[in-house]
Amino acid sequence: MLAEFLQFLFSGVTVGAAYALVALGFSIIYNASYVINFAQGEFVMLGGMATVALISAGLPMPIAVFLAVMITVGIGLLLEKLTIEPARDSSVVTMIIITIGASIFLRGLAQVVLDKEFHALPPFTGDEPIIILGASLLPQSIWVLVGMVVLVTIMVFFFGHTKLGKAMLASAHNPLAAQLVGINTKQILMLSFGLSAMLGAMGGVLIAPISATYYEVGIMLGLKGFCASILGGLGNFSGAILGGLIVGIAEAMGAGYISSEYKDAIAFVIILLVLFFMPSGLLGRPGTDRV
Amino acid sequence: MQPDPKSPNGPLLKIEALSTHYGRIQALHRVDLEISEGELVALVGGNGAGKTTLLRTISGIQPSSHGSIHFAGDDLTRLAADRRVEIGISQVPEGRQVFGPMSVEDNLQLGGFTRPRGQVAEDLEVMFDMFPILRQKKAQPAGTLSGGQQQMLAIGRALMAKPKLLLLDEPSMGLAPTLVEEIFATIQSLKEQGTTIFLVEQNANAALSIADRGYVLETGRIVLSDSGLALLEDDKVKEAYLGL
Ligand SMILES: Nc1ncnc2c1ncn2[C@@H]1O[C@H](COP(=O)(O)OP(=O)(O)O)[C@@H](O)[C@H]1O
Ligand SMILES: [Mg+2]
Repeated sequence: MLAEFLQFLFSGVTVGAAYALVALGFSIIYNASYVINFAQGEFVMLGGMATVALISAGLPMPIAVFLAVMITVGIGLLLEKLTIEPARDSSVVTMIIITIGASIFLRGLAQVVLDKEFHALPPFTGDEPIIILGASLLPQSIWVLVGMVVLVTIMVFFFGHTKLGKAMLASAHNPLAAQLVGINTKQILMLSFGLSAMLGAMGGVLIAPISATYYEVGIMLGLKGFCASILGGLGNFSGAILGGLIVGIAEAMGAGYISSEYKDAIAFVIILLVLFFMPSGLLGRPGTDRV
Repeated sequence: MQPDPKSPNGPLLKIEALSTHYGRIQALHRVDLEISEGELVALVGGNGAGKTTLLRTISGIQPSSHGSIHFAGDDLTRLAADRRVEIGISQVPEGRQVFGPMSVEDNLQLGGFTRPRGQVAEDLEVMFDMFPILRQKKAQPAGTLSGGQQQMLAIGRALMAKPKLLLLDEPSMGLAPTLVEEIFATIQSLKEQGTTIFLVEQNANAALSIADRGYVLETGRIVLSDSGLALLEDDKVKEAYLGL
């Protein structure tokens, strides 16, 4: 009983941490621009897929990971420069639709440049499970969790205590006033895409040894990360973490105790409930306070 | 201090034949205007005259469609908004536009975004001495301040950039009479400390009373310009803007 429960919990927390990183990526771009970037899941996919490709090209894993993250950041920056920036004066909805287009393009690109196969990365430190009260925990799960905690801590510090982070927040709250204090809001927007791409790619690398990666893996990860950020409150970092973990755990419990067929439906049931009953999420501020 | 058009350095701000459009609507029609260093120049005009548009064009938020803006002798036409702050043009926008969810202190620090880090800390103390209420509320979200306090914060934020030219867009709008007096006293003391100020107001009486010179803007055109006192005495101004 307990062992079973713990087993579901471990797997829920692991995927939940991945969702949390995706949700964090949504929040960063949202915080800088109020745009919801539906290509966020593709950043995760690119991080995993590029690492796989670089390793099979003969690079050692750490270098492959580093390059894959850098490549994804480059793609994130290009995406902003080529598609979002030219549309800067259009409505937020238009920009959101552009990101959906971009996500389809990136999937196509990955399919053509890389391949359509499923790949698993080797675990960072072996695959000997650790047995806790009868349930087994993969060392890679610990990597995913630790990775999430480290990345979140860095983000909280960045937005709470650095000049650049505060300039990003200011640009979201009031782009006009941000320009009037001398912030280059175009650069800020680009930076937010680079940062989100970095988080996404790192998430993709961390999770790839557990759940295989392939060119369409970003669709579900993106949507569930989106559910997680809505649940936690869009733009709120602690909310992104909380939302990610809740969605991950609910999904694992649902799959374990009810049926794995409903696994993917659980996230969407959650998002519907949230939208009906508390549209600003668990930790979000109610109402639109764009001053 | 009287402006000296023949001064070897020329005016600090020189606007020539400036036009600005919103799509097909022309909001400014060949505006000519000059501000010399140390001057307090007022721009008065009714609602929709184009006052905010002129300030937005000077700050580079709104592109001009014709004419030129020179600042300290340099052509600004192609300079992005953020670079204009760096070279010394700072604006207190209409409606204050503070960063509502961020703290008072963060708002002020962001005002010094273009300045070296060490100087921002010093200037922050200067602002807190100038507006003690902001020191008291430095940790509060700016959005929770009263209108008058937000106006002080917006002025403090603009001053943190150490501007050579301070643009103020209707700083008295929506404030109670005692606060209006306080804001105008602040503006006057900034002028006495040597700040060059371009003050946009619908409150023509108060603005022209403290201004060295003034301009009157009507439907995007400058229709009058003279010393502040002369404009206060002008029959047309009295009738249209002073309600006399
Ligand atoms: N963003 C905008 N789009 C279209 N027209 C605008 C915009 N902003 C201002 N206008 C128009 O430009 C004219 C001048 O407006 P504004 O500069 O705000 O005047 P003021 O500050 O003197 O009240 C008005 O007719 C106004 O309707
Ligand atoms: Mg106005």
